[in-house]
Amino acid sequence: MRTVLVANRGEIARRVFRACRRLDLATVAVYSEADRDAPHVRDADQAILLGPAPARDSYLDIDKLLDAARRSGADAVHPGYGFLSENWRFADAVARAGLTFVGPTAEAVRAMGDKTEARRLMANAGVPTVPGSVGPIAAAAEAEALAAAIGFPLVFKAAGGGGGIGMARVDKLTDLAGAFAAATRRAQSAFGNAAVYVERYLERPRHVEVQVFADTHRTVVHLHERECSIQRRHQKLIEESPAPNLPASTKRGLTEAAVMGARAIGYVNAGTMEFLVDATGEFYFLEMNTRIQVEHPVTEEVTGLDLVAEQLRVAAGERLAWRQEEIAQRGAAIEVRVYAEDPDRNFLPSPGTITRLVLPGGEGIRVESGVESGSVVSVHYDPLLFKLIARGADRDGALARMRAALEATVVEGVRTTVPFLRKALDHPDVRRGALHTQMVDQGAFR
Amino acid sequence: MSEEIKAHITGVVFQIPTKKGDKVGAGDPVIVLESMKMEIPVEAPRAGVVREIRVQEGQTVQEGDTVAVLD
Repeated sequence: MRTVLVANRGEIARRVFRACRRLDLATVAVYSEADRDAPHVRDADQAILLGPAPARDSYLDIDKLLDAARRSGADAVHPGYGFLSENWRFADAVARAGLTFVGPTAEAVRAMGDKTEARRLMANAGVPTVPGSVGPIAAAAEAEALAAAIGFPLVFKAAGGGGGIGMARVDKLTDLAGAFAAATRRAQSAFGNAAVYVERYLERPRHVEVQVFADTHRTVVHLHERECSIQRRHQKLIEESPAPNLPASTKRGLTEAAVMGARAIGYVNAGTMEFLVDATGEFYFLEMNTRIQVEHPVTEEVTGLDLVAEQLRVAAGERLAWRQEEIAQRGAAIEVRVYAEDPDRNFLPSPGTITRLVLPGGEGIRVESGVESGSVVSVHYDPLLFKLIARGADRDGALARMRAALEATVVEGVRTTVPFLRKALDHPDVRRGALHTQMVDQGAFR
Repeated sequence: MSEEIKAHITGVVFQIPTKKGDKVGAGDPVIVLESMKMEIPVEAPRAGVVREIRVQEGQTVQEGDTVAVLD
């Protein structure tokens, strides 16, 4: 492996380029017409124009990406997150083109992308899953029979979906048939796949996930957990490690289950096993993300390890550089995501031009940014502008540094989540680490 | 009396679920915009009949642009 093409943009493309430089690998950026002046384009040794701004004509066009790899002489492709990172056809096409896909096999991406298949595989591996249907539900009557067994409230989810899109909560039997029909319709229009499944709806759960890593020599390790409960519309806003106030037995159960699940599917490279944890400390598999995650830096900060460099090494066939007993979780780290969204208007997108940008720095502060002063924030892509990561000797120390970092942050020209994040970090429940996934939607930070 | 329906955010027209002559209720989506991977409906401010759709799928609209007219 000599030259890595990053099929992505923004902060994650820059993050991967940095890891490549550390390993003396040459880099290739790809970009759309809207991103000609984007920082990630300048960061790479070579840059190849894909096409027009809409993602389907550029960052989502598999043929154009493979052509860019050929033209640039790249022998490996890193997908980043989002875009094609969890599209098994892309992983497959990259491999068939004789290139190294920096990630798991296409088969693992496919299996975990089908949410009912993932549930089935994990349940078979002994990983706890939320009580619900084993596979897709064929008719409302089937859901009614299940409801009698597991009780209300329930939630319908799209088998081909994710990110909370198309979820429908049902509180009573008389609403079930209507909700089933609506969820099926929504799943079809959003994902082109009408299949839905049903699960017990957990009230105020925490979202806790485990970073796993595996090499092609059958070594599987975990890099501890991340707490990601502060979300809006099922998208994370604040993440931290360790998860505060997590019972030791729950943590042990989570990490063991995560490794067991990854091993059961022959997983390779970086992945994340996501779980919901209820008030009693019971946990349930939610889904597996078969890629590097936005929030990977909090794990890097507490372990002192470079996850992206290790992704590249493992993709090249090397053995994992870490043994489980050597992977320590030291101190605490927290990440906030600064999105171009207006928190006062229910997080509506706020595209535009960044007229002024002041980013914080100093001891214990890390910034991962895809933008700079003058950057145009396009309607065509994800609204993530940059991430701030603060490290501390303990959680209070990390939180104090993050508060100071957010005070020092200035973004003008677009609305951002910064005011929301300042408010959230001052909230008494956040200060004491009493978190659940519905805090934002229930208006805790208004 | 006619009323212009304006986009409340900048985005690309993703879908036009209504057409000229359609009856809509208050809060019904007249067009759907896509911005930063989110689908955002532009809703009818009141009940009425769609007199005119001023945009096409794939077109970029700015915040405040008129996207349709309601009778």
